[in-house]
Amino acid sequence: MLIELRGATKRFPTGTGGIHTVVRELSMSVDSGEFVAVVGPTGCGKSTTLSLVSGLEPASAGAVSVRGAPVTGIPDGIGYMFQTDAVLPWRSVLDNVATGPRYRGTGKREAREQARDWVARVGLAGFENYYPHQLSGGMRKRVALAQVLVTSPSIMLMDEPFSALDVQTRALMQGELLRLWEGTGAAVVFVTHDLDEAIALADKVVVMTAAPATVKAEFRIELDRPRDVEQLRITEEFLAIYRKVWSSLSEEVDKTRKMGDRK
Amino acid sequence: MTIETVQSEEFLTHSVRAAKRKRAVRVWGLRLTIIVVWLGSWELAATYWIDPFFYSKPSAIANRLYEWFTIGTDFGSIWANLLTTVEESVLGFFIGAVLGVLLGVILGRSTYLAEVLNPFIKAANAVPRIVLASLFIVWFGLGLGSKVATVVVLVFFAVFFNAFTGAREVERNLIDNARILGASRIAVLRTIVVPSATSWILSSLHIAFGFALIGAVVGEYAGAKSGMGFLIANAQGTFDTPGIYAGMIVITVVALLAEWLIGTAENRLLRWRPKVSGSAVSEL
Ligand SMILES: Nc1ncnc2c1ncn2[C@@H]1O[C@H](COP(=O)(O)OP(=O)(O)OP(=O)(O)O)[C@@H](O)[C@H]1O
Ligand SMILES: [Mg+2]
Repeated sequence: MLIELRGATKRFPTGTGGIHTVVRELSMSVDSGEFVAVVGPTGCGKSTTLSLVSGLEPASAGAVSVRGAPVTGIPDGIGYMFQTDAVLPWRSVLDNVATGPRYRGTGKREAREQARDWVARVGLAGFENYYPHQLSGGMRKRVALAQVLVTSPSIMLMDEPFSALDVQTRALMQGELLRLWEGTGAAVVFVTHDLDEAIALADKVVVMTAAPATVKAEFRIELDRPRDVEQLRITEEFLAIYRKVWSSLSEEVDKTRKMGDRK
Repeated sequence: MTIETVQSEEFLTHSVRAAKRKRAVRVWGLRLTIIVVWLGSWELAATYWIDPFFYSKPSAIANRLYEWFTIGTDFGSIWANLLTTVEESVLGFFIGAVLGVLLGVILGRSTYLAEVLNPFIKAANAVPRIVLASLFIVWFGLGLGSKVATVVVLVFFAVFFNAFTGAREVERNLIDNARILGASRIAVLRTIVVPSATSWILSSLHIAFGFALIGAVVGEYAGAKSGMGFLIANAQGTFDTPGIYAGMIVITVVALLAEWLIGTAENRLLRWRPKVSGSAVSEL
């Protein structure tokens, strides 16, 4: 088992001195090379779960382990694409992508070579010297993607990477992600609000409960690879899976909505 | 159809340019008028009504400046005096700014140290630092050392508070991202915290250089053997009002030059930022 959470719980102190449980008794696991999508109502604790795996936040209780070792710092081989933009505004596209290799001790020239390659692979050739504010939102996401991929992670945590994109660009990026991922053997944990996206990409979809998050159900997606994301969506097989997962997820979404109403 | 569009576009850029030129002429015209009216009324008033002994007048000041730059001052060449002041301010400015940035960034990133040192810094900031100039003269003598010390103290606090705030305001996300990408603590400080705080730090440098000049001049005022502050203090001692004004003008020119230099450096360092729209802001 590459990633394993057993009874993981995360609590935060609230501003008023109380305790807020965000993730409760969560257990799930991810195999190496597996693509796992995580869906759940907004605010349920998906991002927090990723931060537990990444080692940025320690778990309050329970066990989180990567490659069998408990997570104490940031485990080796982790790549993390954050929910909010994390590209460095003062670095050009090329230097942003070269950031990871530079931190890991690669020489400047070598790091730039690697970066140039990945910039081209995510379709940004010609924009190497642009600063992030000169790019569109979708292009910035690509920079972030290249920034992660250039470090060839064996575990990729992706937090709603495409949610800010329009439908066409999103479909494009999904296809590209699959193309880039296939053959790397990396495990992916992919958080999304878009059930279509989850099913089209993943080997396994994990549905989370309303806050505090725990795993409600897991669905294995037995669709052949390589997948054509756009063709897939209209197949009978896909729709059947969609209905099954949606009936599970919609209950939790309703709960969240009702909780919001009560407040 | 196409030709028409091209023409109208050309026409548009043309008229935009014309409007810009017209505006520039109007702005500069009014500026010049203000200066002429101001200096002219001063000159007239000092000639006919008020006592030029106390208030001096533009022609006398111009005369004195001319004298300084051709014959020299009572205390050696004007350039030597100017060099003294600039040397003190620039040296103190660099030392103070580097110390301010270092300490600001370190305390900004360490809540523990910041909490421990907070009362000391508040107290040190509340001390009337200008008074230290006298103390430094006692400690370090009439030479360069005492002036540089005064400047350092003034510049340090101006830069420190901005660097501190800048380092505090760094986006958590950027730091997390850097850590995941493999950055060490030092690398995070160097590549994330300092660049994020740069715009804060740079904006403090404008004010800080003003403080540097003030520190140097006040230091010289308190006791020195050369420098612009020393010239002004002497002019005061001999009731030479034009001399006071002339000294003021020379210092102002130096401050404006420094301001321009810092502005240029700022623009280069902050190239990555989107341009601020609206000419008022970018012009100032
Ligand atoms: N550092 C923190 N301190 C206190 N509370 C936090 C912290 N981080 C997250 N939370 C709380 O945890 C809950 C879950 O947050 P999280 O970001 O994990 O949700 P999410 O499932 O990713 O939501 P979304 O789908 O909207 O991104 C929220 O109620 C939030 O207020
Ligand atoms: Mg989230």
